[in-house]
Amino acid sequence: MNNIGLATPEIFLLCAICVILIGDLFVSEDRRPYAYALSQVSLLITLFLTWTIAPDSGDVSAFSGSFVMDKMSVVCKSWILIVSIGVFLYSRDYVNARKITNGEYYTLALSGVLGMMIMVSSSTMLTLYLGLELLSLSLYALVALNRKDARSSEAAMKYFVLGALASGALLYGISMVYGATGSLHFSEIAANLAGNENSTAAVFGLAFVVVGIAFKFGAAPFHMWVPDVYDGAPTSVALYISAAPKIAAFALAIRFLVDGLITAHSSWQVMLIVLAVLSLVLGNIIAIAQVSFKRLLAYSTISHVGFILMGILAGTNEGYSAAMFYAITYAITSMGAFGILLAMDRMGVDINLLTDLRGLFRRSPVYAAVMMVLLISMTGVPPTVGFYAKLAVLKAVVSVDLTWLAIIAVLMSVVGAFYYLRVIKYMFFDEPAEPTPVLAAFDVQVGLTLNGLAVVWFGIFPGMIMAACVAAFAG
Amino acid sequence: MIPLSHYLTLGAILFGLSIAGIFLNRKNIIIILMSIELMLLAVNMNFVAFSYYLGDTAGQVFVFFILTVAAAEAAIGLAILVVLFRNRGTINVADLDELQG
Repeated sequence: MNNIGLATPEIFLLCAICVILIGDLFVSEDRRPYAYALSQVSLLITLFLTWTIAPDSGDVSAFSGSFVMDKMSVVCKSWILIVSIGVFLYSRDYVNARKITNGEYYTLALSGVLGMMIMVSSSTMLTLYLGLELLSLSLYALVALNRKDARSSEAAMKYFVLGALASGALLYGISMVYGATGSLHFSEIAANLAGNENSTAAVFGLAFVVVGIAFKFGAAPFHMWVPDVYDGAPTSVALYISAAPKIAAFALAIRFLVDGLITAHSSWQVMLIVLAVLSLVLGNIIAIAQVSFKRLLAYSTISHVGFILMGILAGTNEGYSAAMFYAITYAITSMGAFGILLAMDRMGVDINLLTDLRGLFRRSPVYAAVMMVLLISMTGVPPTVGFYAKLAVLKAVVSVDLTWLAIIAVLMSVVGAFYYLRVIKYMFFDEPAEPTPVLAAFDVQVGLTLNGLAVVWFGIFPGMIMAACVAAFAG
Repeated sequence: MIPLSHYLTLGAILFGLSIAGIFLNRKNIIIILMSIELMLLAVNMNFVAFSYYLGDTAGQVFVFFILTVAAAEAAIGLAILVVLFRNRGTINVADLDELQG
């Protein structure tokens, strides 16, 4: 049945992208706010449409079962859209100051959002692949958008080559899984694989699929692109990559491994354990040596990806919802940290070195406080949301008798505390190089303050997000 | 009749060649782009072979989508290459060393 109405949010977003792209041709350079305002409005309408057509109960599918609207997709899409609204707000002034072509920036970023929404809602490997490529191709172009910057184009090239390699590995895995099960639908794959899960073709395909997912997540040892892209890309693009795509990558892993290959759980659990341990250890230890704040955040992302993978590998509904909670709250936290970097940016000089944060407290007590809350949340100290997210993942892992894994994760978080606290020391106890106050637009100030408050609020009352995450996997 | 395993072996060899092309090549980014195309074609070989032997057309439909995406991917890859060449004046892989750490 072609229940086309179910894809209304995606179709609307696609039309909005076309309007912004064509409208950009007719708007002169000095009327810059136009693309930004239209993008924010279309994201809000898409969010509203997603909530309106969300089914009250059960899963509804469209396009001969290749597009599904279940509880998980509604929650993931809502947060992808909310996070993207914040990302656009923070990056507006940066994009204007850099004279990055405005219309193109927003159309590409919105195409990425569309790709993520399709990924999240996919129920065949074909839809999943198309959504993933729409996201990836937009990201490659976004990283290279600062055309005059050699570092930016180098980062784009590295990202492109490794990303294409990941897509190739994922596709090779998909073809093997298709050969072993004879179907592209995740539900049929799961049914056909039962009792046959140790066939050579299926396990061989699974290994390639996991490599592809790990690349897209940025999990060690497939993390080489993360620091280079965060460092070389325009900060606004690094902000974009660090936030919503993590939620989409979580959905990618769930669709493939849980919806499709759940009967092979014992095989992929081992692979994910290796990835999670390597990500936690490498991410946290290499982050200590960084002098660039963006690279530090990149390695910290790698370690957080380890936590998300831990939740998934537990293989229980408790674990999946914990991982989902982790991905969503990490996106919110990381968005705030990059948002402050963007707010500090003035006169077209990128804020990148750790020492650039020196004396932020003198320059702007509010931003320093927000940044402190965000860093404390990344460390995982109560009462921030990072603590609760880590706790939920660790509980899920311990309940499937992988206590040793939980111990490694806790030890590595302690290592992580060192470099997060060092940044806080720079901000509060060092003298600023130039004691000028940080000036940001009023709406950005409000956004960043709310972002910091949200991290504390959801830490004290995690139930608001957690209930949705648990409901997503209850059925 | 040619058995399925022959097609899969050919697909695996092509895939292996493309991986080797990406990692062993130290000279030219264009060769990397060619290897990426080869990798997608190797996957297409798998899909068509499976699709024929399973008697299921979904695999062949997938091939058409892969071809389309591969075209878009090549376009973006070449565009990035042009930008890189303008900024650097070289497309030598070994010269891409500004970002490290």
